[in-house]
Amino acid sequence: MKFLHNLLEKQKPMFEKGGKLEKFYYLFEAGETFMFSPPSTAKNKGVQVRDAIDLKRMMMTVVIAMIPCLIFGIFNTGYQHHVAIGEATTFLSLENFLFGARWVLPIVLVSYAAGGIIEAIFAVVRKHPINEGFLVTGMLIPLIVPATIPLWQVALATVFGVLVGKEIFGGTGMNILNVAMTSRAFLYFAYPSQISGAVWTQLADKTPVDGFTGATALAVAYDTSTAGGNVVSALGDTFSFNNLFMGLVPGSIGETSTLWVLVGALILIATGVGSWKIIVSVFGGAFIMGAIFNAAGINPFMDMPAHYHLVMGGLAFGAVFMATDPVSAAHTETGKWIYGILIGMLSVLIRVVNPAYPEGIMLAVLLMNVFAPLIDFYVIQANKKRRLARATV
Amino acid sequence: MSKIIKLKKGFDINLAGKAAHKIADSVHPETFAIKPTDFVGMKRPKLLVNEGDNVKAGTPILFDKMQENVMYCSPVSGEIVEVKRGAKRKILEVKILADKTIEYESFQSYSPSDITGLSREEAQAQMMKSGVWPNIIQRPFGVVANENDSPKAIHISAFDTHPLAADIAFTLQGEEDAFKTGINILKKFTEGKIHLNHNLNAEVSKVFANVEGIEHNKFSGPHPAGNVGVQIHHLDPINKGDIAWTVTPYGVAQIGKLFSQGKYDASRLVAVCGSEVKTPQYYKTYSGGAINKLVEGNVKQDHVRYISGNVLTGEKIEKDGYLSFYANSITVIPEGDHSEFMGWIMPKKDVLSFHRAWGLFSFLNGKDKEYVLDSNTNGEDRAFVQTGTFEKVTPMDIYPTFLLKAILSEDFDNMEALGIYEVIEEDLALCEFVDVSKHDVQHMVREGIELIQNG
Repeated sequence: MKFLHNLLEKQKPMFEKGGKLEKFYYLFEAGETFMFSPPSTAKNKGVQVRDAIDLKRMMMTVVIAMIPCLIFGIFNTGYQHHVAIGEATTFLSLENFLFGARWVLPIVLVSYAAGGIIEAIFAVVRKHPINEGFLVTGMLIPLIVPATIPLWQVALATVFGVLVGKEIFGGTGMNILNVAMTSRAFLYFAYPSQISGAVWTQLADKTPVDGFTGATALAVAYDTSTAGGNVVSALGDTFSFNNLFMGLVPGSIGETSTLWVLVGALILIATGVGSWKIIVSVFGGAFIMGAIFNAAGINPFMDMPAHYHLVMGGLAFGAVFMATDPVSAAHTETGKWIYGILIGMLSVLIRVVNPAYPEGIMLAVLLMNVFAPLIDFYVIQANKKRRLARATV
Repeated sequence: MSKIIKLKKGFDINLAGKAAHKIADSVHPETFAIKPTDFVGMKRPKLLVNEGDNVKAGTPILFDKMQENVMYCSPVSGEIVEVKRGAKRKILEVKILADKTIEYESFQSYSPSDITGLSREEAQAQMMKSGVWPNIIQRPFGVVANENDSPKAIHISAFDTHPLAADIAFTLQGEEDAFKTGINILKKFTEGKIHLNHNLNAEVSKVFANVEGIEHNKFSGPHPAGNVGVQIHHLDPINKGDIAWTVTPYGVAQIGKLFSQGKYDASRLVAVCGSEVKTPQYYKTYSGGAINKLVEGNVKQDHVRYISGNVLTGEKIEKDGYLSFYANSITVIPEGDHSEFMGWIMPKKDVLSFHRAWGLFSFLNGKDKEYVLDSNTNGEDRAFVQTGTFEKVTPMDIYPTFLLKAILSEDFDNMEALGIYEVIEEDLALCEFVDVSKHDVQHMVREGIELIQNG
């Protein structure tokens, strides 16, 4: 290790001010600090010791929390394929894993590569450090797209998300919108045919069995609002509450399994990296809205038991990994409750009443990202008023 | 009415190398220094002495052109051996070679009954010329008090919750009368109350117990419960236009001795502490003492950082450096200029973290574990990302992140509205410690204060 460190140190002057490769300093810095934590020490004045945390570790915690979803997603991609072509095997079989890995890993690689290139270009041009935030974004994007998505769309969406969602605002910490959700929204509006309808199962050119529809639970449930009938019976065995909770259904790669999302939530909450207030309030808000619809009961979809909303579609994944993004969420603790509850309520509202978008969490998160500063504004205003109230002049 | 206030927010940094309640024998620094940089807000220090002059303890050495009547005096008698200057001839240190026995400038001394009859003007004049005035700090801004103000209250924190902080009661043992006299003098300066704030979870030392005519409040909770700024926030918060004063218990006793004994007594007990000190204990010296004698042969290794003060608010000094005016401790920790392979993800249990992010297991150690922390920053500067952590270590109704952002954008209205008058560096020092993005929070706070002062 010493040897490697010395080797890196020897190259350093080349990248520093006045060096031949000065322009690429931040690329070098990113590489070096990735290999070895920097030897920088506290300044003469100010705190002389610092907490052991840094942004890289914080971001990696989120990535680690997503790994259960990724692994489940790989198995499920294979499993759904084999179910669709009538060759269903046990879930945890090697075939499922290999098939899933064949389709999922390229998406992960493309997402990291495309985003990484943009990050690198901006680090060089704008002379800022590489944003660790991308460690998370690069993993989020693959988990919220179907396994059938063309790789060039993954690349394009990632580039769009990183550029428009983040870099034009100045990088991680300055962005208004959640980067991964921006990418997802881009795909949704630019290439709707590849991200809606019967795209959720990777058939890989095989012929599906008779009766295969490829629809998601949300689509089935939504159809009942026009066709009539009982949602729970329309969902049938395929989309039983248990299956939905476990995630043994078609859907985006990483978001079908509420169980493994909750495992990720546990990691985020235990490590304090994700705000438990946001997670709890998104679920709470969704349930409340579901219950309100139950009470209204205008169509069969509204009659669907409220707890079904929590396990269908991407709500759980969005609540745990998207809404908790500290930069685009509300920054005040009171604000986090309001922000979360509104995301939950809006998600279900969009799901149930809007005919165009079967999934509401994406738009709900993006919308509340925009409103988060406003929520904070009022929370802060209250603090200012308390201070003003006791002043005499 | 005295108050009991229990604070929950904050964080105790439990470091190894606590000073034992023991006073080392006869180790005396040879040189002492007055450093204008110790006095935040001092703009244009003017020297009153030259190299080669002989001075007594209490002889004025310099003053600030902006506050001409307040003298900064020599802590010991001896000869001015060097005036160390930096860029643009800025005065950095005025060094004094101490005599073997200290001679004092003589000031008027008073009997207890005389002190009661003393007017504010007389007391003030004596305090300003003798060197004790800089003990009085003004809030807002945390600068040496303006003698023309009448503060709405005077606050004294009788305990210190900083990491490895010197035990204030121990350093003032035997100073009961001086402390009482000091309080009686301070009473002349305010029509409001004098608050003396104790630690709820410890016995009140006899130095402080029998002081009458003031408010005795009690605070409990993790650091920064002992910070006077936090206490003010809960007792009698500072609004725009308000002025309160703060004094350390040491300062109160020093003021007391000025009037009861008629001398500027800068002697003090200093804790030499930290993980790299062989025998952490107290030393009897004077303000501004050179630290070399105190640490010589007393550290475990050479690659260390000497800090005048504590690890949160202190200042790095060299081995031949001097104690700051306000410091009552010297902390010695390992210098942290080392790299660690994949240091950003390796699991760690022996380095302290307020957070619990992946691999940071210090929270499993329990509260009694003593840590050896070095000066490594453990990461690089980044934009604000994580939210909510500053609030968790700030036991005040203040939003530090928003205040800091107002400072960064030089937004005067918001700085005021968000509480710039209620904080100084030390109150937000923990934010700087826990910050994921490694900002210089304390530096930013001072910049904000200066903007407000000058704007």
